[in-house]
Amino acid sequence: MSLMGGQLKLQPRTEQKVIQVFMYLMTSIAVLVLVFILVVILKNGLPQLNLEFLTKNPADMGREGGILSTIVATIFLTFIALLVATPLGVGTAIYLTEYTVESRITRIIRFGAECLAGIPSIIFGLFGFILFVNKLKFGWSILSGGLTLAFMVLPTIIRTSEEAIKAVPPAYRLVSFSLGSTRWQTVTRVVLPSAIPGIVTGVILSIGRSIGETAAVIFTAGSALRMPTSLFSSSRTMSVHFYILAKEGVSMPKAYGTAAVLVISILVINIVTYYLMEKYIKRKS
Amino acid sequence: MTRLEKNDRLVRLGLLMIALSAISVLAIITLFIFEQGTPIMFRYGFKSFLLGQDWYPSEKSFGLLPMIVGSLMVTFGALIIGVPLGLASAIFLTEFSHRRLTRILKPVIELLAGIPSVVYGFIGLMFLVPFIRDNFGGPGLSVLAASLILGIMILPTVISIAIDSIRAVPDSYREGSIALGATRWQTVRMVVLPAARSGIIAGIILGMGRAIGETMAVIMVAGNAADIPGSILAPVRTLTSNIALEMAYASEEHREALFATGVILFIIIMILNTIANVTSTRQRKK
Repeated sequence: MSLMGGQLKLQPRTEQKVIQVFMYLMTSIAVLVLVFILVVILKNGLPQLNLEFLTKNPADMGREGGILSTIVATIFLTFIALLVATPLGVGTAIYLTEYTVESRITRIIRFGAECLAGIPSIIFGLFGFILFVNKLKFGWSILSGGLTLAFMVLPTIIRTSEEAIKAVPPAYRLVSFSLGSTRWQTVTRVVLPSAIPGIVTGVILSIGRSIGETAAVIFTAGSALRMPTSLFSSSRTMSVHFYILAKEGVSMPKAYGTAAVLVISILVINIVTYYLMEKYIKRKS
Repeated sequence: MTRLEKNDRLVRLGLLMIALSAISVLAIITLFIFEQGTPIMFRYGFKSFLLGQDWYPSEKSFGLLPMIVGSLMVTFGALIIGVPLGLASAIFLTEFSHRRLTRILKPVIELLAGIPSVVYGFIGLMFLVPFIRDNFGGPGLSVLAASLILGIMILPTVISIAIDSIRAVPDSYREGSIALGATRWQTVRMVVLPAARSGIIAGIILGMGRAIGETMAVIMVAGNAADIPGSILAPVRTLTSNIALEMAYASEEHREALFATGVILFIIIMILNTIANVTSTRQRKK
């Protein structure tokens, strides 16, 4: 760890000054690079945004028109993912916190969730392609994509719900039990209502991840450029659209525009999440 | 037993079923990927997959060595870029900067973790690739470009986990060291960092997992030639890109070989996950 210490034999105070400047520089580089990305996307993307861009369907492979169908597809896909993942995730969290003590089973459940969180999205894509698209014959569709995303965001929902439920003061439960309620009554009428904001945080966080996901979606929802009409229509989400526009060099202005919509929606979502987390989870615990 | 108690038992059983969903999903994913990917490995021999240097799916030559080397190179490159920057930032933000600055910068860095990977890839393609081509030569689409983009992408993960584990070191440790006449940096180097070590390592391993599993950003800047790169300016193809690039049109054995690519990726990730899991549990126990 001694970057400067050993050989140079600087005075500790001088060494401290040098290191401090060095760290300051490194931090500035890290923050500036990240902010640079944001600024470039917004600077080039915002001029592309207007009502037409948001309310018209893409035309001529995305060279003309807007991105309406991709926005709709993104919303549908995200909605299905959460519809499936939220009950599973919250249920798991309730079981882990309220219905059991630390044991081999809870350790296995936690290990499963942690491993799932570490699996790369392309593996989820492969899996969704084989199971939903091929074996269950859903084809490239909103449904296949949504289910694949549901599995991908499940660990996030489990973790945040667990934290939210743990943050509910034990006294609430004791009072409820002392009034003669069962565990389930306590959970549904006392614990969950106070944990809702924290649970919502996890759900919003997952929305952000679903919106930005590309690799898992492109092989399960497909990339057809048309307005989705049913659960089984193949459709292209915003991030897949952006990837294709940029990778194949279809249209850089449209790519920037799509990127701006993508980044702004995710930033808004993350800012809301951050605010909720600060307010409801961290302060209580 | 009253009706309510009976219901409660049912609820407990139902919740246990739900709680097993995550581990079941993990099991199903493992099962499907291996079921699709391993038969072809047995047919052609593991050696030809792991050590074969030629990837010509149309001629039934499925050597994955260039992609394995490629994944390892860009991941290693990402760590060289991301770890020093991330660690220095985390140390600066916890030990040296004003509290107010940290309060602003930490959320900013965490917000940036949400930027989709395609956006990072796009920025790399528009700015980094031409820059490398004009200043260092080569096609620009290269190991260097992929490492830099991945290094930047793992920054938020590394910084935010390192900050959390440095903060978890009790203040009494610092006070003790300062009281003995150590400077702040000496305290950080000799007391704080050793105490926060396993958390920091877990963060680095998570970042590593993110880098090795990243797909879209890498495809956009790496050039994707299926050869072992001769220099950091040469194009490279990773395991993930190999799957994503060819999945759309692959069939039969070619498709199976892509699943075999997935199997190898999966094994690498699982090993990393387990190491991260063990190191972070060890810190919690302390």
